[in-house]
Amino acid sequence: MKRIRFWGTRGSLPVALTAAEVRLKLAAALRQAAGRRFDSERELSDFLDQLGMPVAGTFGGHTSCVELETGGAEYVLCDLGSGVRPFGQQVLARHGPGAPQTYHIFMSHTHWDHIMGFPFFTPAYIPGNRLRIYGGHAALEAALRRQHGPPSYPVDFSALAANIEFVQLAPDVDHEVAGMTVRLLLQRHAGDSFGYRFTSEGRTVVYSTDSEHKLADPAETNRFVEFFRGADVVIFDAMYSLADAISVKADWGHSSNIVGVELCHLAQAKKLVLFHHEPALGDEAIARVLTETRRFEEITRNGAELVVTTAYDGMEIAL
Amino acid sequence: MEFSSQRYADVVVAAPVGQVDHASAPRLESALAPMLEANGDTGAIVLDFAGVHYISSVGLRVLMIAAKKMRAREAAIGVAALQPVVQEIFDISRFDHVVEVYPSVRDALAALSQPALAAFDRASPSPPR
Repeated sequence: MKRIRFWGTRGSLPVALTAAEVRLKLAAALRQAAGRRFDSERELSDFLDQLGMPVAGTFGGHTSCVELETGGAEYVLCDLGSGVRPFGQQVLARHGPGAPQTYHIFMSHTHWDHIMGFPFFTPAYIPGNRLRIYGGHAALEAALRRQHGPPSYPVDFSALAANIEFVQLAPDVDHEVAGMTVRLLLQRHAGDSFGYRFTSEGRTVVYSTDSEHKLADPAETNRFVEFFRGADVVIFDAMYSLADAISVKADWGHSSNIVGVELCHLAQAKKLVLFHHEPALGDEAIARVLTETRRFEEITRNGAELVVTTAYDGMEIAL
Repeated sequence: MEFSSQRYADVVVAAPVGQVDHASAPRLESALAPMLEANGDTGAIVLDFAGVHYISSVGLRVLMIAAKKMRAREAAIGVAALQPVVQEIFDISRFDHVVEVYPSVRDALAALSQPALAAFDRASPSPPR
């Protein structure tokens, strides 16, 4: 694997910046510029970089969709949230609609925010393209067919002209797909979800979203520690604070930044990516959670540093 | 993790010492369990965290369970005298919204029970002010 590219990072529901929020960002940037002149695009770009994400950017609003760039010709994705629409447009822009492509798509589960982008994934409508959609759920195909047609959507599933195959994968055993070794782990979530561990060329990426950790069961903790063991990157559901995840939002099927750091420390993973952001959180709040999580990692570290970052739409991580 | 407790009128002050992590949290849970029983005469529990230098998510879960049980019987629970690192962990995990945090045991007793505060001051030759 060469690279991870995030096309959708928001949990539950897409969000978009409002006009008022854009205006606040502009006002903050202008205030910090304090009348300064920029004599080149480079100078301007450097200034924007210094402003930081809450002022100069946004953590984005598409729901879950993550691309793994393997170095091969075939595309690999995790989940079909709304982020798959811009992914599809980008592939079409790169190759043109007449060049057939193969897509390997690994589904964590079939809740709406993880499948809602599929009706808008243009390559699925183009003959010659090949889609292999993998998951641990027997009902994966039925879930995707159900949202694709009246009364939910005007176009029936039968209009998809690509060659689409559904492949159910068993958890806890290795599968070989697109030059990678892939393993699934059953996770605690309403209707179940599956985490994925991808390994190729000596690099390991774990995609573990929509997963609640009950904390009381050491055997369950150990299962995840072994699943995360030595991973280069762990993409982790950090939707809630720990307090919320185990009190008012217990059994909602999600986890926290605190548990992400603890599991990654125990597993000696190298990088933790906070993912599946709570839609109620704005950019300032997500940036604050990142700062706090880095501090928590620092004060609880008992070995090598765990690099902590937070996902945003458009983020790339080189492996 | 060491654990001791002391009653002041209708309040029990429980004092774990050490770190409350995956290994020791079950011991804290067992030690607190009798105090959380509805048939006791304990009106409130104060956890004196002066000797706790670290608490993990599993330890915080024990506090959550204790808080839920105490709330269910309309009794209070508070945590006092957090070390700076533990205070940070409370802040980052948002546990300061779950359990009332007090600067000291005496502050906690002053907020929760005047008889307990009086008993505490009587028992302390030079009560901290």
